[in-house]
Amino acid sequence: MPPYLRKGLPIPVPVEDGLDAPFWHGLREERLLLQRCNGCDGWQWGPEYVCHRCHSFDLRFDETPAEGILYSHQRVWHPVHPSLAEQGPYVIALVELPAAGGVRIVGNLIGDPMQPLRIGSRVTGVFEHHPDDDPPYTLLQWVVEPA
Amino acid sequence: MSDRRTLRGKAAIVGVAETEYYKWGRSPDPEFKLAIDAVLRACADAGIDPRDIDGFSSYSNDRSEASRLSAALGCRELSFASMQWGGGGGGGSGALANAAAAIATGQAECVVVFRALAQGQFGRFGQGTRTKILSGQYAHTVPYGLMSAAQMFAMKVNRFMHDHGVGQEALRAISLASYAHAQHNPRAVMYGRPLDEAAYDASRWIAEPFHLYDCCQENDGAAAMILVSAERARDFPHKPCYVLAAVSGSQHRAGAPVHNTPEYASSGFTTVAPRLYAMAGMGPKDVDVLQSYENFTGGVLMSIVEHGFCAPDECNEFFTLENLSAPGGRLPLNTSGGNLAECYMHGLGLNIEAVRQIRGDSTCQVPDAEVAMVGSGPMVTPVSSCIVGSEATL
Repeated sequence: MPPYLRKGLPIPVPVEDGLDAPFWHGLREERLLLQRCNGCDGWQWGPEYVCHRCHSFDLRFDETPAEGILYSHQRVWHPVHPSLAEQGPYVIALVELPAAGGVRIVGNLIGDPMQPLRIGSRVTGVFEHHPDDDPPYTLLQWVVEPA
Repeated sequence: MSDRRTLRGKAAIVGVAETEYYKWGRSPDPEFKLAIDAVLRACADAGIDPRDIDGFSSYSNDRSEASRLSAALGCRELSFASMQWGGGGGGGSGALANAAAAIATGQAECVVVFRALAQGQFGRFGQGTRTKILSGQYAHTVPYGLMSAAQMFAMKVNRFMHDHGVGQEALRAISLASYAHAQHNPRAVMYGRPLDEAAYDASRWIAEPFHLYDCCQENDGAAAMILVSAERARDFPHKPCYVLAAVSGSQHRAGAPVHNTPEYASSGFTTVAPRLYAMAGMGPKDVDVLQSYENFTGGVLMSIVEHGFCAPDECNEFFTLENLSAPGGRLPLNTSGGNLAECYMHGLGLNIEAVRQIRGDSTCQVPDAEVAMVGSGPMVTPVSSCIVGSEATL
């Protein structure tokens, strides 16, 4: 499967101290790992050094299914990066993950960019690998589940 | 709150000015020179010696440093130097609050609130990053093509419009009001460039639900306002404009990374607006004219709702060009042309326009305006807002 967006956008890498490294390593293995607190078991995203609920510094990464609900969306038309100059419209999805405490994650809604966009749609994750980049990385994209 | 812990009536704005406003990249002058020019013009408007300025207050990491300005202007001393945290225009009224607080608490006598921008010199806002490798919270959005301000906010507005059944026409009315008002304002970059419904509808999408005309301009220029204590306010040439309330902030975890703020479909004013009204001792019905920061029209829509002018489910009826037009509309909005059509000076032009309305010398004057409000920088965090008024409102 070719990548949804044209090549040339910045390559995501873990922050130097490793705060979000399990997430990025997980995607390469087609696993969605998000931050969870050992103190109160709550999920949080994006990753932080402390649990915003109980202030524990003891945090782990837990696997959660790449299944969610379309919380919001946008169809982008105006390219603000040279790599997207010939892209045409594309769709960004904000996906709520009910199995991970309702945290949200950003991705693209792949398929026809002119597809109807409905908040509340069930969406499934698709792992988009970029093995030939340096360093290689994987993005988590989304597709609307058939009704 | 007790009188001792309020800014109400403690400080007044006695001078306002802006440089010439340019399209982005067109300023013949560097940014720091623009800042100096705006401060000098504001001093001239107030009839004060610039060397009497002892405080500088700005926001959005303004590059024109207080100490350098104070030195360049030969100010006698520097008593107060303040930078409101946060990006975009969220700090416009917050910088005003900081200035008023410095005066109210005896930290400074004469504070200038300013903002200067030269995007030709320092690069544009509306362009994505050119870095090859990215880490941190933006690594979780930029590889998906989410990198501009319009893209950061479009999903908030889409969710709000979905939840409350708001139509595109409500956003259009906000844009048309700014452009209509700018046609009376020779300072406005869009002066002589009117906009109608057909041109709005035909304009290209930037990121749905934002058409081109839902997005602010990018500009070069500078703006400045001079504040002194209320006791001294009558000693200056213009009718004084008093700060009745000025607050900043945002709701619980507004800064949660990667679009995880709990109150997502929001402009960020749900906790700020009640504190604003409590300090002013006023409500939305007392406001004669509103300047509401348009980074994007959808942010204005949510700001106006969160400041209590309109219920979320009444937007389609409330947001009409007629209701938003000076002088006779229900809520005259962005009467200078605002960020969309006057100039995007990170919103400080809106604060200046509020002062001009109280003075009675706006180019779209609302008759007998006594109370003016400014909402600064929706959808960022922190945001801020202020209420200013005439002596009769003290």
